[in-house]
Amino acid sequence: MSDSRKIVVTDIRKSFPASKGATLPVVGGISFTVADGEFVAIVGPSGCGKSTLMNIIAGFEQPDSGSVQVDGKEQLGPSPKGIVISQHGSVFPWLTVRQNLMFGLNGDEHGDKAALADHYAAMVGLKGFENSYPHELSGGMLKRAELARAFVVKPEILYMDEPFSALDALMNMRMRTELLRILGEERHTVLLITHDVEEAIYMADRVLVLSPRPTTIQASFRVDMPHPRKLSSPELQGLREAILKELGL
Amino acid sequence: MSKILPPLAVMALVITVWWAVVVKTESAIFPTPWQVVTGTLELAEDGTLWEHIAASLFRVGTGFGLALLVAVPLGLWMGWVGGAYRTFNPIFQMLRPISPIAWIPLAILWFGVGDVSPIFLIFISSVFPMIVQTTSGVHTIERRYLRAAANFGVSRSVLFRQVVIPAVLPEIIIGMRIGIGVAWLVVVAAEMIALRSGLGYLIMDSRNAGNRYDLLIASMIIIGLIGLLLDGITRLLERMKTVKWRYVR
Repeated sequence: MSDSRKIVVTDIRKSFPASKGATLPVVGGISFTVADGEFVAIVGPSGCGKSTLMNIIAGFEQPDSGSVQVDGKEQLGPSPKGIVISQHGSVFPWLTVRQNLMFGLNGDEHGDKAALADHYAAMVGLKGFENSYPHELSGGMLKRAELARAFVVKPEILYMDEPFSALDALMNMRMRTELLRILGEERHTVLLITHDVEEAIYMADRVLVLSPRPTTIQASFRVDMPHPRKLSSPELQGLREAILKELGL
Repeated sequence: MSKILPPLAVMALVITVWWAVVVKTESAIFPTPWQVVTGTLELAEDGTLWEHIAASLFRVGTGFGLALLVAVPLGLWMGWVGGAYRTFNPIFQMLRPISPIAWIPLAILWFGVGDVSPIFLIFISSVFPMIVQTTSGVHTIERRYLRAAANFGVSRSVLFRQVVIPAVLPEIIIGMRIGIGVAWLVVVAAEMIALRSGLGYLIMDSRNAGNRYDLLIASMIIIGLIGLLLDGITRLLERMKTVKWRYVR
C-alpha cells in the first residue's frame, strides 16, 4: 500500500492575516492520501478555503504547519509533475492553440513538438483549430485547449480547481464525459476541487467533504461504481443525498 | 456612408462659416479657404513644403525611436524588479509632468540650434509615457498566466519571450500612441523657436515674412493631417494577431 501513495497530506494548517493584527484560520488541520491513479474529489461550501487547500497541495503556497508529500518528497513549489486546471483557465491569449500546447515542452526530449501538440489537440477535439487564437474559440473549446496543454506534458497529477464551473450546464456535463474518456486513455492521478456534488460523484473514486472555515475533512465517501455512471441511479442519488446532508442541505 | 457623412458635414460647415466671416468682415490679413489652398499648392510646387515635412518627420522619427529603445527595456525591468521600480519611479513621475516646452531653453543651451535640440525634446517628451505604460503593463499581467508559466517550469527566457513580453505588448502599443502624439506636438513647438526648417519653422516664417497667414493656416492643417496619419500608423499595430486578444473583449 505504501508504494502506491501518490500524494500524502499531513495535518496542514493555514491562516491569513485579517484586520487589526488578527489572523483568519482558513485551513484547520487536513490529512488525507491519494493513491497513484486515483481520482479524489473534494467538495465544500463556497468560501471554505478549498482553493487555498489546492494552492498548498499544488505547491503555490506553503502551509503554516504540516506537510504535503508527492511520491515521498516534500512539495516545495509548483512543478510540471502536477498541472493545475482552474476555473478561469490560463490558456495564453497571445499564443495560438498549437503554441499554447507546445508551451510546456521544454528541452529536446520531446521530439517533434508540433506533432505532439497536434496529437493532443486532436485528442480533445480541437483538430482544425491548431492555428486559432483563444479569443476565436468558445468557452468549451478553450477548456479543451487547457486540458490538452496539461496532457501534452504528461503530468502525473492533475489538480483541478472548479475546472468546469465557468461553463454552461450542458458544456459542463459534456466536459466531464470528455475528461473521463481521456483519463481512460492516459492514466493520471486527479485531485478535483468542486462545489458541485454531482460533478464529484459522477467522476471521482472517492469524495471528501470539507467543513466550513477553518476547514477540515468532515466526511469521506467511496464511490464504487464503474464508468459510465448514471446520476439518476439509486446508488448515486443516495450518495448525493448523504453528501448534501453533510454539507447541511 | 452614414459613418463618414456627419464628420464631412461638420468640416463643410466650418469651412463655410470661415469663408462667410472672412468675406463679410473684408479682412485684409485673414485668408479665405481658397487662398489657403492656393498657398499650399504654391509651397508644394516649389518643393519647400516637402522639405519642411521631411525635416519634422526626421526629428520625430529619431527622437521617438530612441525613446522607444530606452523606454521598453527600462519599463520591463522596472515592472519586473520591485527594487528598480521603487528606485526610479519617483524621479520619472516627477519629470513626467514637466512640459517639454519648459525644456526648450535648456535644450538650446546644451545642444544649440541644430537637429539635436528638437530630437532631445522629443525624446524627453515621449520616453516617460512609454516607460510608465510599459511598467504598468508588467504590473497588470494577470497572475493566472504567471502561475501557469511557473507550473510548467519554463526557463526564464521562455517566461519572458512567451509570457511577459506578449502580455505587455498591448500596453507598449498604447504607450507608443501616447508617445508619438506628444512627440508630434513637441516637434512643432521646438521648431518654432530656433530652427530654419520644419513645419514649426514654416509657421513662424510665414508670419514673419510678410504676414502670409494663408501659409500659416496651411501648415496648421498639414500638421493636423500628419498627426492623424502617425496615430493611424501606430493603430495599425493593434491589428497584429498576437495583440488582438486585448482589444476584442
